[in-house]
Amino acid sequence: MPINYYIYLSVALFCIGIVGVLTRRNAIIIFMCIELMLNAVNILLVAFSKMHHFKNAAVNASAGTDGQLFVFFIMVVAAAEVSVGLAIIVMMYRNIHSVDINFLNRLKH
Amino acid sequence: MNALIISAIMGVVMMFSGVLLRQRSAVLAVALSGLFVSIVLNIMEMYGFHLFKVNLNGMMHFDRFSLFFNTVAMGCTFIFLLLSAKEMEKVGLNYADYFALIFFILSGIILSSSFSSLLILFLGIEIISIPLYILTGSDKKNLKSNEASLKYFLLGAFSTGLMLMGITLIYGHSGSFAIDLVTTPETKPGILLIAGLLLLMFSMAFKVSAAPFHFWTPDVYDGAPTVFTSFMATIVKAAVFIAFIRLFYHAFGDIHETWKYLVAVITALTLFIGNITAVFQQSVKRMLAYSSIAQAGFMLMAILALNSVASEGILLYTTAYCLSTIGLFAILVKMKDYTFEGFNGFAKHQPLLAATAVIFLLSLAGIPLTAGFLAKFYMINAVITRGGFLWLVIFAVLMAAVSVYYYFRVIQAMYFKDGDAQLIEVSPAFKWAISLVAALVILLGVYPQLLFSWYYF
Repeated sequence: MPINYYIYLSVALFCIGIVGVLTRRNAIIIFMCIELMLNAVNILLVAFSKMHHFKNAAVNASAGTDGQLFVFFIMVVAAAEVSVGLAIIVMMYRNIHSVDINFLNRLKH
Repeated sequence: MNALIISAIMGVVMMFSGVLLRQRSAVLAVALSGLFVSIVLNIMEMYGFHLFKVNLNGMMHFDRFSLFFNTVAMGCTFIFLLLSAKEMEKVGLNYADYFALIFFILSGIILSSSFSSLLILFLGIEIISIPLYILTGSDKKNLKSNEASLKYFLLGAFSTGLMLMGITLIYGHSGSFAIDLVTTPETKPGILLIAGLLLLMFSMAFKVSAAPFHFWTPDVYDGAPTVFTSFMATIVKAAVFIAFIRLFYHAFGDIHETWKYLVAVITALTLFIGNITAVFQQSVKRMLAYSSIAQAGFMLMAILALNSVASEGILLYTTAYCLSTIGLFAILVKMKDYTFEGFNGFAKHQPLLAATAVIFLLSLAGIPLTAGFLAKFYMINAVITRGGFLWLVIFAVLMAAVSVYYYFRVIQAMYFKDGDAQLIEVSPAFKWAISLVAALVILLGVYPQLLFSWYYF
C-alpha cells in the first residue's frame, strides 16, 4: 500500500483526538482523546519506519528500525503519564465529586 | 553525563531517605550534598573528567554550551533549596519525595539541554513535565492546587501529542531522528518538513508559555504551591528554552528564512500580552506569572537571532532571570498576603529584605548595573546582528519600559506606603543567603565577563 493511506489514516485519528480534547468536558474523555493522538503517532511512526526500510534496505540492513523503537518509548512514557494523570483526576474527584472540567474556571481571578 | 548519572541516582536515594531518615534536616542535608557533588562533577566534566565511559550512539552530545547551562541550572537549584527548603515542609507530609521529584526534573533538564536526537528531546521534556504535574498538585487538600495540576496535566499531555506528531513528520521527511540530519542548506522544505516544524514550534511555545499558547501559565503558576511555582517559573522554563534554541539551531537553522517571520510575530505577541496583562494584576504572585511570560518574550529573541551573540545572551539571560526570580519568590513565600497591599510598609519592618527585593525587581525590569540589563542588551544585540527586525527591537524596548511600571509598583508599596506588612519570621541564615544572591545579581551586572570568560575558558 502506498504511504499516503497511512498518513491519511493517522492524520484523521490525530484530528479526531484534537477535536475531542477541544470540545469534550469530561476529564476522562479528554484523556482518552489524548491517548488517541499518541496512538495515531504510533501508527504513522511504524508506517514511516517500514517506508524507510524498503527505501534503504540495500544500503543499510537496519534502516528504519529506530522508528519502531521510538514507538516503545512513546508507550512507556504514555503509561507513566496515565498513572500520574489518573491519580490527579482521582484526587480532584475526592475533593469535588466530579470530573467535569467546567469546574476549572475558579482560578481565573 | 556525570551530572545526569548522579542526579538520577540521587532521585532514587531521596525516595528511600524519606523512609530511612526520621529528621527532616537530615533529608535536606542529603539532598544538598548530592546536588553539590553533581555540580562539582559537572564542572569537572567541563575539564575532561568522565566518571564512566558511556557510548551514547550519537543520541546526546555534551558540548560546552550544554555543560555550562547544566552548571547554571544546578547552581540555581542549589540556591533555590537553600532559600526555600523550609517552605517545602509546609506543603505536605512527603517532604523527601519533593526532593526526589526535583532530582528527576534535574535529570530531565540535563537530557533536554544536551540532546542530539529527537528521541532524547521527547524523553527530556517528558521527564521534566511528569514530576511537575505532581509538584503542582502536591497541596492535596487545596482546590486551587488540584485544579492547577489537572489543567497543567491535560494541556501538557496535549502539547506532548503535538510534539510527537511533529517529530514523526520530520522522521518521515528525513528518515532519522538525529537533529543534525534534518535539514541541509540545499533542503527544499516539503510539506512533511513544514508541518513537522510548525507542530514542534507550537508545542515548544506551549512549554515555554509563548503568546498564543500562554493561557495556562497564570492559572497554573497561581494555583501551584508558591515554592514550586518558583522552581517551575525559573529553572524549568530556562531549560525548555535551551532545548528550544538547541533544536532550532541544529535542526532548522538551515531553513531559517522559512520560519523567522512566524517566530518574530510570536515574540512580539508574547511581549505585548505578557507586559500589558501584568499591569492589571492585583496579586504579586500572579503579576510574576505574567512577568515570566513577558521575560519569555525576550528569550524568544534568541531563537529568532540564532547566532553566537544569542547563545551567549541566552546563558546570561537565564542566569539573571533565574537568580532574580528565585530571590523574589523566596521573599514572596514568606509574606502572609500576596497582594500589592501586602507589601505596604515592608521596608520599615525588614530593611534588608526590602533592599534585596529592590535589586531583584530592578534586575527583572532591566535597569543598568544589574544582570537583567545586560541580559536584555545581549538579546537585542543578537537580533540587530542578525539584521532585518528593527521594528521588533523597538517594540521590545517599549515593552521593557512598560514592565518598569508593574515592577516599580512593588517598590512603591514597600517604601512609600504605610502599612504593616505581615511576614513569617525569617532566620539570619536566610538573610545571608538572600543577600548573597542579590550580590551575585549586581556582580553579573557589573562584570558579565566573569560568566563568559568561564564559558570560553
